[in-house]
Amino acid sequence: MSNPVQETAEIFAVARVGEYVQFTVVAPGVAAGFLPGHFVAVGVGGENTSMLLRRAFALYGATPSGQFAGTVQFIVAAHGPGTRWLLQRSAGETLDLVGPLGTPFPMPSGPAPAVLVGGGYGTAPLIPLANALLAAGSPVEMIVGASTASRLFGELVAKRTIGAVTVTTDDGSAGVHGRVTDVLPDAIRGVNAEVVYACGPMPMLRAVGDVARTHAIHAQVAVEEAMACGIGVCMTCVLPVRGDDGASRFLRSCVEGPVFDADRVRWADVGSLPDDLVGADAMAWH
Amino acid sequence: MTASLATLSLPNPVLTASGCAAAGRELHQFFDVAALGAVVTKSIMTRPRSGRATPRMAETPSGMLNSIGLQGPGIDSFIENDLAWLAAHGARTVVSIAGGHTDEYVEITRKLNGNAAVSMLEVNISCPNVESRGQVFACDVHASSRVIGAVRRAADPALPVFAKLSPDVTDITLIARACADAGADGFSLINTLLGMVIDTDTMAPALGGVTGGLSGPAIRPVALRCVWQVHQKLPSYPIIGMGGIRCGLDALQFILAGASAVSVGTAVFGDPSAPVRVLAELEAALDARGFASLAGAVGYAHRAPEHRLGPDAPQAAAS
Repeated sequence: MSNPVQETAEIFAVARVGEYVQFTVVAPGVAAGFLPGHFVAVGVGGENTSMLLRRAFALYGATPSGQFAGTVQFIVAAHGPGTRWLLQRSAGETLDLVGPLGTPFPMPSGPAPAVLVGGGYGTAPLIPLANALLAAGSPVEMIVGASTASRLFGELVAKRTIGAVTVTTDDGSAGVHGRVTDVLPDAIRGVNAEVVYACGPMPMLRAVGDVARTHAIHAQVAVEEAMACGIGVCMTCVLPVRGDDGASRFLRSCVEGPVFDADRVRWADVGSLPDDLVGADAMAWH
Repeated sequence: MTASLATLSLPNPVLTASGCAAAGRELHQFFDVAALGAVVTKSIMTRPRSGRATPRMAETPSGMLNSIGLQGPGIDSFIENDLAWLAAHGARTVVSIAGGHTDEYVEITRKLNGNAAVSMLEVNISCPNVESRGQVFACDVHASSRVIGAVRRAADPALPVFAKLSPDVTDITLIARACADAGADGFSLINTLLGMVIDTDTMAPALGGVTGGLSGPAIRPVALRCVWQVHQKLPSYPIIGMGGIRCGLDALQFILAGASAVSVGTAVFGDPSAPVRVLAELEAALDARGFASLAGAVGYAHRAPEHRLGPDAPQAAAS
């Protein structure tokens, strides 16, 4: 487990980044245990809120020591009443955080060329991952995509971190006109990648997994599933995933994930109950 | 602050709620599970169950709908892994059991007999009865009575058997009476209310299972009413009260209505340490009202006005 803590975290800074908002909050317990791929679950609405459930955000960074010690960063986009409440917060106010949560990105045992693919603000958790890979001596290529230019996130930071970044937009308003998977094969060949990491919408993750498979390499992808608790109790955020034994089960994206080997996720069965899932035969009348 | 539930005595009256604490392991990262009165485990069935297709959850005003479908490992794995873990960590455990027909409840009960880690059975009868075209046991007097009677006869006589009732009935006291007559030692009140949400973007039901169980503070007044009614009709039967308890004063309402203990459920999803916080707040609230023991507060709101001494009479609990 990720040894999560619950902290009342003071907001240190709130900054607009394109269509997104970057929060920097003081949460030393969360920062201390942070690894790339971890997320936080943030309470919304204040003490007597009618919104009972936490909102999950991938961590964009953490600073356990040095200047700004004990801060963590995450990126928020307006989706509904909960995130809109968050976007109205300002520096000096506090948030209720639980984290770090989830299983982080698996790191290669030695230097290994990697391609990182971010869709929208799914780029956020890939920035600390890129730093960790570079520190371990792994060559890194990065692809940052979105539907349109204003929904891109992290392309400048990625460029600063890695030295180069490939941008794609569905409408051609920035970078290559097309999808991240259009440029992924060249990136894999260019760096002779041994692994692909991705975070973004489900259809993108599935497509990235398909491209990686055609190049006979693994894709480690961080999913975004609706969660109620974020800590593994409620069983709402499950996905059908094939295990080492070949059998498929519903696994919790908050604990067993959010990072999965793309080849193990049964993408076509997300949102349904495949007959061959372990325990599906016991579901009569339910 | 000892809580008394039939033959079972617990060090305090705050428990987790079934399905909102898994088997304790995850919450143990936030507080010591042995500090609670007991851990109530997610309902366990005979065989492994996949649960339903996603989406399984929808947030609603002061509540949430869930449609999990009792995903779980089956009783054998539960005993070997979960129950053993709970015992090793000093937790008192109430095992919630579920089934599709009476024989399944009996089979699970027999497997739990003699296991020192089990302090109580909570019988979740809000399950579809396979033998009755999927009608929920808890909505039918005879089906409820049959399951509770069978579990009571099969269970170790020293093990309290509590019936967890559904509020989705015309008169919950009739079901409670039938369960009491069948041998229930007490009641867990209440299970979720059946509800639904339609996604206005897709214009289809928001949950994969179409309908789901509503929980959280939205249902608290309904739960409190059920505890009140059952305590009024069957005052000698202990009740574990639950439904939207978020703080100590919420818990106190249930105690005053007739509950001898409370379960904290959905609040855990927003605040993983809610059960221990509610316990501390409940202790303070009872103390502030002059109750020397929990027993003195149980059902206190039922007293006639002349026997209700009010907040300025610290000897309230003495009587």
